Amino acid sequence: MQAFRLVVEYYNYFVTIFLMVAGLYVVIARGNMIKKLVGLAIFQTSVYLLYITPGKILGGTAPILDPAFKVYSNPLPHVLILTAIVVGVATLALGLALVARINEAYGSIEEDETFERDREA
Amino acid sequence: MTTVLPHLPALQVVIPLLGAVLCALLRRPAPAFGLALAVSWLMPVIAAALLWQVIQGGPISYHMGGWAPPWGIEYRVDLLNGFVLLLVAAVGAAIMPFAWHSVGFEIDEGRRAWFYCMYLLCLAGLLGIAITGDAFNAFVFLEISSLSSYVLIALGRDRRALLASFQYLVMGTIGATFYVIGVGFLYLLTGSLNMVDIAQRLGPAWAEHPRAIVAALAFVSAGVGLKLALFPLHVWLPNAYAHAPSWVTVFLSATATKVAIYLLIRFYFSIFGVAIAFDTLPIAQIVIALSIAAMVIASLIAVFESDVKRMLAYSSVAQIGYITLGIGLANQAGLTGGLVHVFNHAVMKAALFLAIGAVFYRAGTVNLAELSGIGRKMPVTLAVFTIAGFGLVGTPGTAGFISKWYLALGALDQGWWVLVLVIVGSSLIAMVYVGRVLEIAWLREPTPAIARASDPPLPMLLPILLLGAATIYFGIDTQWSAGIAEASAQALLGGLR
Repeated sequence: MQAFRLVVEYYNYFVTIFLMVAGLYVVIARGNMIKKLVGLAIFQTSVYLLYITPGKILGGTAPILDPAFKVYSNPLPHVLILTAIVVGVATLALGLALVARINEAYGSIEEDETFERDREA
Repeated sequence: MTTVLPHLPALQVVIPLLGAVLCALLRRPAPAFGLALAVSWLMPVIAAALLWQVIQGGPISYHMGGWAPPWGIEYRVDLLNGFVLLLVAAVGAAIMPFAWHSVGFEIDEGRRAWFYCMYLLCLAGLLGIAITGDAFNAFVFLEISSLSSYVLIALGRDRRALLASFQYLVMGTIGATFYVIGVGFLYLLTGSLNMVDIAQRLGPAWAEHPRAIVAALAFVSAGVGLKLALFPLHVWLPNAYAHAPSWVTVFLSATATKVAIYLLIRFYFSIFGVAIAFDTLPIAQIVIALSIAAMVIASLIAVFESDVKRMLAYSSVAQIGYITLGIGLANQAGLTGGLVHVFNHAVMKAALFLAIGAVFYRAGTVNLAELSGIGRKMPVTLAVFTIAGFGLVGTPGTAGFISKWYLALGALDQGWWVLVLVIVGSSLIAMVYVGRVLEIAWLREPTPAIARASDPPLPMLLPILLLGAATIYFGIDTQWSAGIAEASAQALLGGLR
């Protein structure tokens, strides 16, 4: 029962940690550059969840002052993450553009194959 | 003038940002270069005015958009980041004239305007990291400068530049994300993103959640450590510096890692504070151990490199080790040494990479084996390389000696005389790798390929001479460089104990 409580209470954080570690693992373990970027995107996304989660308060409403409401959720984490999402999109776009160029130059997007081709040259 | 003066902190970042957009719209190389040059030369004027205001009247707090901190974003300039701002701006201004010929030689015409656009974006990002007083804002600027520097590196002629850029993109993004996780923890703990505000709330939070603060410190250290190429997180650096266009290497080596070092110092001393980071946690031991590894191992690798740019890149890793050693010592003399080495190393490394950029412009290669006798054909360029090389070694009379002197004093203050031996030993290794280049450049007969080379045109030569002169000047007159570093170190160590 105790363990169940823990999982329910910190559900978002468990998901965050899983995504964080899984993303980082994919970046390190895969040699395919597209897969690396996918891992990187998952890793970055996990952080969005880390920030968003504490922004929600049970029963809290949008922070528009009104005598009917007492509890407000904090909008700042969402704004921060909006910025972080933009950064993530830019990083992914640039990464994909680089991979496209690497494919043109080397004819491969496998990391070890590109290193191999440089050694031959 | 009175209407502009209070807004200088915002202008420091906004002008290069707008300049970048304009550059992208201009599309033609010549006007884009003119604009980049004008912006680059304006930046040190603003930075100097800010530093002057700080020296006269204490730290400046600028409220972005009129929102008062801790809710709004605060730009905060004190002695330390005023110093870093001036360093970044001045290096950018000094090396800009070099870019016209160098970039013209290495970048296709259609891409040159974009090149200057990316440079200005990178400059805006670096200045932004240095000036902001908001931890999340620093992340945004970190990514602005990083993304533009990935592009700048990928513009290198060799296809390996693409791989180096991709590798840097992956590692840089992991670093920035680690940083933002660390900031997230701090935000969860303190409910604030303003650096000064976090620092004030962290003391009470330490009593309640020490473990979360340790996690935050670990994430920030690893993230920023990746950005500043702290050994063993430096693997992206040699490839990136070796394959980037010559001018990009000069700019990044002198500014990007230095700004990351500033951020680490800010977190250790101003946010976490000496009491948490150094008295309670073993940050000093970890940082010092890694610094020693960098100073010895990276220097040794540099000895065996055949590509001069790669050699200097490994030397950068070693020299960053000196700076972090000063951070780890965390006493007055040691921290002064680290801070003054931020400045001195930027000047010396910029001179070295500029000289090598000029060699590449004339000889078309930076491979050590193909450079025999280059000194006889490009005497002025290689003379500056020699002076700056002696600076790296730490010869008295050059800027490098001053930083090493302070670092040695700092080590002795802690009673760690073994560290002094390590500093001297690493300098001797530096003498070997610098000496290798000097021997080949000066003492051998020029090969037919080299015989056609000569000193580069004046716009390239002047920045080289300027930085060479600075290497000697700041080795003799230390009032300005070491003086500000000393006062900053005092403020950092005295602040939150």
